[in-house]
Amino acid sequence: MKKPLRSRARQQRSLSVRLDAWLGHHRDSALLTLQRLSKAPLAAAMTVAAMAVALLLPASLYVLTDNLKALGGYWEGSAAISVFLQPGIEETTAADLATQWQARSDITRAQVVSRAQGLKEFREYSGLGVALDQLTENPLPVVIAVNPAPQIISETQLTHLITGLEQITEVDFTRLDTEWARRLQALVKLLERALWLLSLALAAGVLLVVGNTIRLEIENQRDEIEVMHLVGATTGFIRRPFLYSGAWYGLLSGVAAWAMVWLAVVLMQIPADRLAESYQSVFHVRALGPLASVLLIGGGAALGILGSWIAVEHHLGTMRARR
Amino acid sequence: MIRFERVWKRFPERGDALKDLSFELASGEMAFLTGHSGAGKSTLLRLIGLMERPSRGQVLVNRMNLSDLPPRKIPHHRRQLGMIFQDHHLLPNRTVFENVALPLVVAGMTRKEIGKRVRAALDQVGLLRFERALPITLSGGEKQRVGIARAVVARPPVILADEPTGNLDPELSREIFALFERFHDVGVTLLIATHNIDIIERMPYRVMRLHDGRLEADSGGW
Repeated sequence: MKKPLRSRARQQRSLSVRLDAWLGHHRDSALLTLQRLSKAPLAAAMTVAAMAVALLLPASLYVLTDNLKALGGYWEGSAAISVFLQPGIEETTAADLATQWQARSDITRAQVVSRAQGLKEFREYSGLGVALDQLTENPLPVVIAVNPAPQIISETQLTHLITGLEQITEVDFTRLDTEWARRLQALVKLLERALWLLSLALAAGVLLVVGNTIRLEIENQRDEIEVMHLVGATTGFIRRPFLYSGAWYGLLSGVAAWAMVWLAVVLMQIPADRLAESYQSVFHVRALGPLASVLLIGGGAALGILGSWIAVEHHLGTMRARR
Repeated sequence: MIRFERVWKRFPERGDALKDLSFELASGEMAFLTGHSGAGKSTLLRLIGLMERPSRGQVLVNRMNLSDLPPRKIPHHRRQLGMIFQDHHLLPNRTVFENVALPLVVAGMTRKEIGKRVRAALDQVGLLRFERALPITLSGGEKQRVGIARAVVARPPVILADEPTGNLDPELSREIFALFERFHDVGVTLLIATHNIDIIERMPYRVMRLHDGRLEADSGGW
């Protein structure tokens, strides 16, 4: 039998008809699988919950490091610089300097710590009380405590401010305690590395969970798959509903993980407010940004599809071999 | 239309199911395949549908050598065949309409076209009123007719039936065979494996008898 020659118009029509049918099957698969999910809500919820927890761990670690970073920058910016004046500079001169500095745009506050006050604090914190009593005169210089303006955030800006201060003749030296900030940075780096490793391990976990669920679905629909094969369904056609199933699981678990992170952030805001209040400042706990949200939910869906694909390939293969 | 050339089929667990089988079925011919259980009837049909591959020899359908067919083309090959089974292979959780529509859905037909063709096929087997029923609510004969409607809905040039009346009483069996004759009348090639000797002896069609995997008797052909 020779196929009759088709006209171009007919070929185009048949292409658009086939595309239409193909899109129709996608829509049907998406709806059918969603329907199936809703028919066994408890089983579906268990799978989604297991996947959501696996997604939640890296997501919350991300939020934690993100906030630590923000906090680091925030505190670094508001770090106080202790400016030690040359020995012999009187407190009146220091007061003049402080007023002058306070007028600068890159400094919020400049406060003179008198020599007597300095000694008092030193006595309290050093534990050298009796030894200090032996001194006939106060050896401490006058100090001005400087708070940089909020817009001084980066390290270069801060260094610039400090070197500027050190060039003033009355100034002996300055001290900025940034050691803890550097440690925090190192900690954040460590956490970020852990985040990547954890993400990989948990992504594998998500694949296993969704793969196992899809495997059960395939087992339950063994007869249906068999019949589909017999009436001439392609592997792609048979695979499609399972991929949608996986996509739904992934999408739902991504949304669930996102919601849990959001809830955690809301719950953290109250103690964070209290903490910030004790420092007389404001700190907003950062939730997942738009990009991270899309990545979490989209990543969940992608993992769902991938896990489902692997399961379908493996189990359809073994079904064929058994026939 | 269907041609077997010295076909052997060996199963590792039960030896040779088909031995040196050669025959040809012309386009539009209707033929019955008989023989005791295990004579190789089902295996023969499964070779045509490519559920099995021959161990030796060649099977040709519509001048196409099936050994040349790559696995990804198997679905397209099966769409040219309407297959009917003794246990009808209906999907229990789908309606009669959805069951019959399956070959059209997998072939990528539009909804509108599917609706028309499915109703035509159901009308042919006299089950149009059961369109929305689930298979479980139907009798054995009705289920088998749904299976037939599914086999013919895509208007395949070849119909293969494996013991289609195996579970039916003589009256219902006659009805089913009458249906097959109607498809024969419109030029479909039919190969029907059956035990129903009483009925087919009264029909004027070719009968091929298999015995232990060999073609023992053939009332027609070349």
